[in-house]
Order: sequence, then C-alpha cells, then structure tokens
Amino acid sequence: MGFNKVRASAAEACEGITSGMTLMVGGFGLCGIPENCISELVKMGVKDLTCISNNAGVDDFGLGLLLQQKQVKKMISSYVGENAEFERQMLSGELEVELIPQGTLATRCMAAGYGMPVVYTPAGVGTEVAEGKEVREFKGKKYLMEEAFDADFALVKAWKGDAMGNLMFRSTARNFNPMMAMAGKITIVEVEELVPLGALDPDHIHTPGIYVHRIFQGVNYEKRIEQRTVRQRI
Amino acid sequence: MAWDKIGIAKRIAQEVQDGTYVNLGIGIPTLVANYIPEGMEVELQSENGILGMGPFPFEGEEDADLINAGKQTVTLRDGSSIFDSAMSFGMIRAQKVDLTILGAMEVSENGDIANWKVPGKMVKGMGGAMDLVASAKNIIVAMQHCDKAGNSKLLPQCSLPLTGIHCIKKVVTDLGVFDIRDGAFHLVELAPEVTLEEVIAKTAGKLLTQ
Repeated sequence: MGFNKVRASAAEACEGITSGMTLMVGGFGLCGIPENCISELVKMGVKDLTCISNNAGVDDFGLGLLLQQKQVKKMISSYVGENAEFERQMLSGELEVELIPQGTLATRCMAAGYGMPVVYTPAGVGTEVAEGKEVREFKGKKYLMEEAFDADFALVKAWKGDAMGNLMFRSTARNFNPMMAMAGKITIVEVEELVPLGALDPDHIHTPGIYVHRIFQGVNYEKRIEQRTVRQRI
Repeated sequence: MAWDKIGIAKRIAQEVQDGTYVNLGIGIPTLVANYIPEGMEVELQSENGILGMGPFPFEGEEDADLINAGKQTVTLRDGSSIFDSAMSFGMIRAQKVDLTILGAMEVSENGDIANWKVPGKMVKGMGGAMDLVASAKNIIVAMQHCDKAGNSKLLPQCSLPLTGIHCIKKVVTDLGVFDIRDGAFHLVELAPEVTLEEVIAKTAGKLLTQ
C-alpha cells in the first residue's frame, strides 16, 4: 500500500477525530486557516474539543463556526479578538480559555515537532503567566519552563503539497502551520493544490512529508479578509 | 499644544536608527512607519512572519494571504522575507530585532509595563506583547500621559496585570519624552507649549526633570 497519505475529501481525512480530543488548528486570524477541516468538524458534530490555535476566528467564520455549535470546551490561544459568541461563552463559564504569549504558543508547538519535552522562554516572567511554572536563571536572566504541546490531531492549511505530504506555504498564510504540522500525533493537511510527485522543488519545501499523515485537495476557499486596509492611488 | 497621535508618532520616528530592524505594535506605533526620515533604511518586522513589510496595498490588490500582526492587509517591499511564527519569535527572543515600539495602559518608574488586561473587562489576550517586551533590546512605549479619567499612566507601580517587568527604556506621551532608568522617569523633552508644572502634576511616578 505504500505511504497512502492522500485522501479524497475532508470527510475521509478527518476520520478518527472524536469528542474530547485536543486539536491544533493552524492560521493567524483568518489567514491560513484549514477552512475545509473546520467545516467538516461542524458536520461531524464532535464536541468537548480543546483547540490550540492562535486565535478563535470571528462569529461566523474560522473557529467561530465550532464555537457557534458549542463544540469547543477549551481554547488555548494568544489573542481572541472580536468574537461576540466567544465572549458570551467565556463570561458565562461555558468555555474555558487559556491565554498564553504568542511566541510561547509557537515554541510549544515547535518543541513537540522537534522531540523536546520543554523549552525555556523569558516571555511572561514576573506576570500571571508565570504562576505555577518553574523559573530558571541562565546567564543572569530568568526564564519560564514551558512544556511541549500534546495534540491528538493537527489541522493544517498549506498552499501546495504532494502525495508524500511535502508542503509549501504561501506568504503569511504560513504562520503557525509548519510547526503545527510537525507537532500533531496525526497531522491532516488541506492544500489549495495537490501536485504530482516531482513537481515541488525539494529545495523549496517548507515542511517535509515525514510529518504529514493525511493530505487532501481542499475546495471552495473563501479566504476571508479580517481587516481590509488599502491606500489611495495618487 | 501637546502632541496628538501623529505628533507622538513623529517624535518616536526620530528615535529610529538607520539600518535597523523594528517591530511596531498596533495603534500609534503603526503610524511611526509613515514618518521615518527619507533615505533611512529600516526594515519592519511583523511577528506573524514578515521582515520588510510595506504599506497597505492599493485598492483591488489586497491579498488575503498577506496580512500584518494586526490582521490588516499589507504589502512586501523588495528584499522582504516570510517565515513561520516559531522563527519570528526566535529572532525576537534572540534579540535580532533592534527596537520594539508598542502602546501601554500603564508604565512604572522601574520599567514595568501593563498593556493586556483590565480586570472585570473582556480580556482579548496578550498576543505577542509578552514575548516582545521580555526580549527586546530597546523598547519605546507610545501612549497618552493620562487615561480618560485624567489619572496618570506613569506610575510608581503598575496597578493592572503586568505584561513584562524592568523592560521599558523610554516613554513618549502627548506631554513629552521620558527615559526610564534607576527607578525614575527622566524628562528628556517637553512637547510644544507643555509646561513643566503640568508634567509634574500629571506624573504619579518618580520624575526627575534634569
């Protein structure tokens, strides 16, 4: 059967995700989010999910879609932005929220992908983020010990990928996707373009396929823009 | 006339050195990019993964895959590069980024900063602010001298939950420029038509005027 990583659809790719699991979800704001996988999770109706994702989407897009259906038990994020349903659930206690520094979030994913149990970072020293964490001093500076994340699945969005799971990302849609791809026990990747083997230059691959378990060609990308800012032509 | 937001941004732009990498926070700090003197080479870092960030795109040229850390559509300058979030905070932690400019709710006389959480209000999160203030070599805060109720934001100690400790070197407010060292705010410059008396009255933390 060989490596057999290619799946025909989001439904096939998301098989095995069940209620109560911990998921990493790539993206920064609405940029580079796995739109197809998120839609599939809504269809599947899995509940009590713990989502590790930098942001929580907006009311009617991104992870906001899962929040609307009350499928998320806990969010681990750095910034939860403008999302009224999120705010309501957080204030009513329905939703547990753990806010952590953005670099810490990225680095805890990276540590998982590099096989390191912990990392030391100065972010949050002397703040409430440090509560209950080991503080160690190296060369006169204090650092917090932060543990690698442990996620059942990572849901990743890439630009191009091949059947071996090799990935290329485009522009700032890269963000958290490469390190989450490396960190999932099972990594599911949706791509805008699934290309034949050999079409990607090995020197230009951002994530080597060894980290990717399942890959599928995504459909109907909306790629919504959160803050459309432009300048006038003079 | 105290400085308005643009005045604060213009004054901070004078602190930016040629040939440096700079991270700009949301709000007044973003405006600083517009006033960097002609001919100076400064590369802007955006912590979602850009070095060499350019201005907003022309209408019709927005790219959903290309945003800054404030989620605004932006462009890339020639010579720019893109990287992932782990590398972005790696270069911040390793002090490759020379200067960070960000906003604050409170700053203390020993250089502590609070800018992410107000108890009792909806907390949106710290984003990358804690990483930036914990590691940056040089940090300038851009903010109003007092809050809307007229309370000083330059304090002996921060009252709000902290973002970082002993890290802020300089504060530029509507009233003037202040260096922070040895447990005090040192007045460097008054904004036009602002009196020393006003600054003294509106600074709750220890203030040295010469």
